[in-house]
Amino acid sequence: MSHPEAVVEVTNLCTRFGTTLVHDNVSLEVRRGEIFAIAGASGCGKSTLLREIILLERPASGSIRVFGREVLGLGDVEALPLRKRWGVMFERGALFSSLTVSENVGLPLREHTELGNALIDELAAIKIALAGLPPSAGAKYPNELSGGMRKRAALARAIVLDPELLFLDEPTAGLDPLSASGFDELVQHLKETLGLTIMMVTHDLDLLWRVADRVAVLGEGRVLGVGSMEELSQSDHPMVREYFYGPRGRAAREQAWKRK
Amino acid sequence: MPTDPPEPSVADADVQLAEGAVVRCVGAWTVHGVARLEGRLAALRWPQAAEITIDGAAVSAMDTAGAWLLQRAVRALEGAGCKVVLHGLSPQHEALVAMVRARAAEVATVPTAAAPRLLERTGLLAWQHALQVAGMLTFIGEAAVVGLRSLRHPSRLRWRPVLHNLHGAGFNALPIVGLLSFLMGTVIAYQGAEQLRRYGANIFIADLVGLSMLRELAPLLTAIIVAGRSGSAYAAQIGTMKVTEEIDALRTIGIVPTELLVLPKILALIIALPLLTVYADMMSIFGGMVMARAQLGVSFEDFIDRFGDAVRLSSYLTGIGKAPVFAAIIAVVGCFQGFQVQGGADSVGRQTTVSVVQAIFLVIVADAIFSVVFSTLHI
Repeated sequence: MSHPEAVVEVTNLCTRFGTTLVHDNVSLEVRRGEIFAIAGASGCGKSTLLREIILLERPASGSIRVFGREVLGLGDVEALPLRKRWGVMFERGALFSSLTVSENVGLPLREHTELGNALIDELAAIKIALAGLPPSAGAKYPNELSGGMRKRAALARAIVLDPELLFLDEPTAGLDPLSASGFDELVQHLKETLGLTIMMVTHDLDLLWRVADRVAVLGEGRVLGVGSMEELSQSDHPMVREYFYGPRGRAAREQAWKRK
Repeated sequence: MPTDPPEPSVADADVQLAEGAVVRCVGAWTVHGVARLEGRLAALRWPQAAEITIDGAAVSAMDTAGAWLLQRAVRALEGAGCKVVLHGLSPQHEALVAMVRARAAEVATVPTAAAPRLLERTGLLAWQHALQVAGMLTFIGEAAVVGLRSLRHPSRLRWRPVLHNLHGAGFNALPIVGLLSFLMGTVIAYQGAEQLRRYGANIFIADLVGLSMLRELAPLLTAIIVAGRSGSAYAAQIGTMKVTEEIDALRTIGIVPTELLVLPKILALIIALPLLTVYADMMSIFGGMVMARAQLGVSFEDFIDRFGDAVRLSSYLTGIGKAPVFAAIIAVVGCFQGFQVQGGADSVGRQTTVSVVQAIFLVIVADAIFSVVFSTLHI
């Protein structure tokens, strides 16, 4: 399944927690320039899959290739060049509480480039603005921000090195509907201006309909279906149908049709 | 940009002067390529012309950092009254520059907070300390109210956490308290032995070790060990629970956090610390006995004979009597500092440090007050 433009390729991945099989031969690929989403019920191993791709957890067997390189078994030194080319936004932000937002965002630049302090602050300010935060947010500490602002700050930190690949873990979880739909537009906008490839884990159906180019539905440890939302909504698989034709799925689908 | 090959070869970004007021940009204008570009741009002798053309056709890659530097240079030229024409940039790069230009206003207006002056800092510090004292008094009051309520209804007291804390702060501390007390006893005896031998007063080693250990050192040493072991643990535990909103969850369920988290700790430590002090007394005297026999030839029997004559019961009891007060100080300070945590991991670390420093400080102050009171009462 080697696709010339595949940025992330997961092949025959198996993960075990104790005796539970979390992933049973999961295979999928993310192509350059697309917004790829992993959906599925809570506890189906979505976040675990993401954490395995970004080298935070190790699967039992299988292969994960990012930018064409096998990442499993890489040490910290070998993984560094890869880590500089992707950005990760965690579900709860994971901002460093002892640093201001501006310092949080500038940290990767300070660590990985030789740019001057003034330039780093300016670049951080651009990314903070790009993430939709007011300029005054830069001087604040994470605990002075609301949940939605913290997510935006986390996004600003994830994109500060202009990564080619952006991982988002539940980008809209815990946001009010207004902020969440603002986030949809933000993700679209970033993808277009920075030319990003985005891989996200979410169960926000609105987000899936609005921004995802392709979606993989995980369930029972396997990939139940991959495709655009329209394709998936035609799926015969009972779990996929349940996912999309539950009351919430129907409402989100109608919303999406109305917009077209 | 994402269209680069997997391992982009980073040719350093640069600017070159060309014929006819044209400045040519070359190389990778990316975050890894522009390290020296900032200095190059500043040092460049820009053409003295009313209109300058910047040619970006030779830019191999560009990201936000490169676009920002370009935008900054353009802005500086325009500020000097030049007309600047951007030329030859690929559509993608042009979009990036436009995006950065749109955000430029917000970068310029980043507010920088002025560093406070000496007077302001002093005032701020004094105010914070005043708030701390007030907060501590409030906390003690709250704990007392909850404590009295629990005394009236002893069935409401949470015995399981009390026993749990008794085990953690008391029983588990036995090895370290025993070892350190034993060593302290040997050290005191060793230091005293030199002096006593000179006067042939070998047997007085029992007075020296007995009185100093039982009255002062064993209670103090035990309290300091427990402050470091358990006081810090209390602060860290409650602080982390505050960060993760577990304290708020307790309140909403209708459990008073003081009742569940603070009272059992105070109670357990008030029980555990005197017992630990008795154990420390025994171990330190034993340490003194071992050293007395080794250095001064005072046998165990002689030591114990003299010990019974020299050390009155009141000396032993004054030492033990201080322990519950020390225990209350350690537990209250540890819990209070835990509740003072605000924000995240950093704050937990800071309050934990403060809890240990404050607890040890207050224990020693209390010990000094005890000494004054005991000596005026001739105990």
